Amino acid sequence: MNIIGRKNLWFTISTTLILISLGTLLYNGLTRGKIMNFGIDFTGGTLLTVRFEKEVSAHDVRGIMDKYGLGQSVIQKTGQLDYSIRTEPIESQIYQNIISDLQAKFGKVELLEADVIGPVIGKELRTQAFWALVAASILITSYVAFRFEFVFAFAAILALYHDAIITTGMLALMWRNIDTTFVAAILTILGYSINDTIVIFDRIRENLKKPGSAKISFSKLVNDSIMQTMARSINTVVTVLVMVACLLIFGGETLRDFSITLLIGFVLGAYSSIFVASPLLVLWYKGKSR
Amino acid sequence: MKNINQLRILIMVGIVAVSVFVIYNLPITLGLDLQGGTRLVLEGIPTDKVSVSDDSMSGVVAVIRNRIDSLGVTEPTIQRKGRNQVVVELPGVQDSQRALKIIGDTALLEFVEAEWAPAGAENMPRNKIEEIYGPGAYVDIVKSERGREKYERPIILKKTALTGADLKGAWPGVDQYGNPVVDIEFNSQGANLFGTVTARSVNKPLAILLDKKVISAPNVNEPIPSGRAQISGSFSIEEVQDMVIKLKAGSLPIPVKVVETRIVGPTLGKDSIDRSKVAGLIGFALVVAFMIMYYRLPGMMADVALAIYVVMVFGLLALIHTTLTLPGIAGILLSIGMAVDANVLIFERLKEELREGKTLKMSIDASFTRAFSAILDSNVTTIMAAVALFWLGTGTIKGFAVTLTVGILASMFTAITVTRMLMYMLVDSKILKSADSKLVYK
Repeated sequence: MNIIGRKNLWFTISTTLILISLGTLLYNGLTRGKIMNFGIDFTGGTLLTVRFEKEVSAHDVRGIMDKYGLGQSVIQKTGQLDYSIRTEPIESQIYQNIISDLQAKFGKVELLEADVIGPVIGKELRTQAFWALVAASILITSYVAFRFEFVFAFAAILALYHDAIITTGMLALMWRNIDTTFVAAILTILGYSINDTIVIFDRIRENLKKPGSAKISFSKLVNDSIMQTMARSINTVVTVLVMVACLLIFGGETLRDFSITLLIGFVLGAYSSIFVASPLLVLWYKGKSR
Repeated sequence: MKNINQLRILIMVGIVAVSVFVIYNLPITLGLDLQGGTRLVLEGIPTDKVSVSDDSMSGVVAVIRNRIDSLGVTEPTIQRKGRNQVVVELPGVQDSQRALKIIGDTALLEFVEAEWAPAGAENMPRNKIEEIYGPGAYVDIVKSERGREKYERPIILKKTALTGADLKGAWPGVDQYGNPVVDIEFNSQGANLFGTVTARSVNKPLAILLDKKVISAPNVNEPIPSGRAQISGSFSIEEVQDMVIKLKAGSLPIPVKVVETRIVGPTLGKDSIDRSKVAGLIGFALVVAFMIMYYRLPGMMADVALAIYVVMVFGLLALIHTTLTLPGIAGILLSIGMAVDANVLIFERLKEELREGKTLKMSIDASFTRAFSAILDSNVTTIMAAVALFWLGTGTIKGFAVTLTVGILASMFTAITVTRMLMYMLVDSKILKSADSKLVYK
């Protein structure tokens, strides 16, 4: 299979995906007022998760919230009998009253979880998330730069940002909840997705050292290296995807957004090491001495 | 050759035995999100007199710790966070309202010399009041109940004479009508002062304030030299108990406000544990099956190593006293999927080496050596991401960073060392021979 030969096709696909991602963020920003569906971790607010005895509709729940002037709350069904209610930061006394009202109307209501995050904490978590992303990017970038020549490192890192941007865009497109676990997932993607690239680049380096390597073109050498490591690239990511898929299917609502982010990011990571990082390397390495 | 295989088995059994021993003896504590409970983040607010400093925040922590200890919560955590915050975690506590009242109230008790206000004093400007009654004096309202009737009476608060810091002790009690009250006793210095103040206040009220709110203002009939007094008001028994806790623990050096509360009911945690168990078991089974199907005999060895790995990870987590959170569990599951990566790299390399016609033993050696740099590089980058998460992440996310890091480190050991031992065992015991490379690849 000639992967490098079709590099323009891969570049087009990736550029399109990146444009869709950035476009989504822009579109969300213009139409919904925020680029992503930031959770209470980042915005401050209240998140109540309740379990009813029998099925009720979101409309019923909203009726009660309206009584407290909280009719604008985001009310979401998260399980057969479970609802999550997201609203502004409120005193614990108020949500206790809300629960009592729900109970009076719909029978037994169990409070599964209640989170109230003040705006101060929201701001802190935003700052922390930002610095965590910066720190991880710098650490990983410098490590790769230290282990590989500059062109290799540059290609690997661009592929990495490609993964992070598209994953973010896809979650913005699906309007999934973005909180600290999303940041954790993106960091994990950054740390893990570079692995496949490292394996391929390792092989390219090894093949370059082999006697007779000068006789074949660099793009063929890269293509050979990709094909030689294809099984490993696929198998390593498959085992991890199996675990992530199990988390997504069986892990319950709490870990759903986290698993979705990882699933998208890991698939992209495997794709980008073969179809983005390696072609980029060919593009830039070509101009050098060989 | 037989002896060396026995030694290898002994090492592996040893790892498992030690891990099981550790897990059995150091049970892993579950985070709030898994066992249910209340988490509060409090922020110190500076006052005119006391600023937010290391001292005042340590004072806040000490007082909160005292209060929680008398609540009898098992294994609470009280930690400072950043410059001006305190994180309080109370496993198993669902009644956050009460916890919040006990922890969050400043509980500044004050005995203030006072006078009943003459008619019209409420409408007098503040400076006029100060002119007549001394600097700092102001008008407040005393609310009291007698039977069904409610009384409101304006009072002029003049000067704070004693505070909670002068107390020796506080107990719940009842007054002559059987209503719950708080009995207090001053320390010797406080008792002297109380004697002087009460002597000065005969036929005048002495106001008792908690957190700047007037609780009661009994009239002083005669000087009280004993240093004993009673705080009455329309209290419930629980309110009296809570006030005693707060008075005994002392008042907070600075007031605090709640900036984050998180309450997790017991059901959610149990749900999460059950679900992640199912996800983990199915995922583990699938990974194991995949490795056997794709890598045959070596794959089976990798699976044995993976099983040892899982036991070892839990052992290590118990050893370093990790608090297991839901993201932490996700980290463990993820690391199971990543743990076999090293073996995939090694076995793919093994196939290549065998195809080049090397002997089995040489191929195994070469595959482990040559795959090592890629294994190291890839694990280092993942650990870097985890470290960034640990330093800057908060709460439950830290649990994820810890389990992921521990998982990756342990997997480097099992996937390289344990799998290699198992592969050598196969060769030494002649189960795997160079001739039947079909056991290694298709």
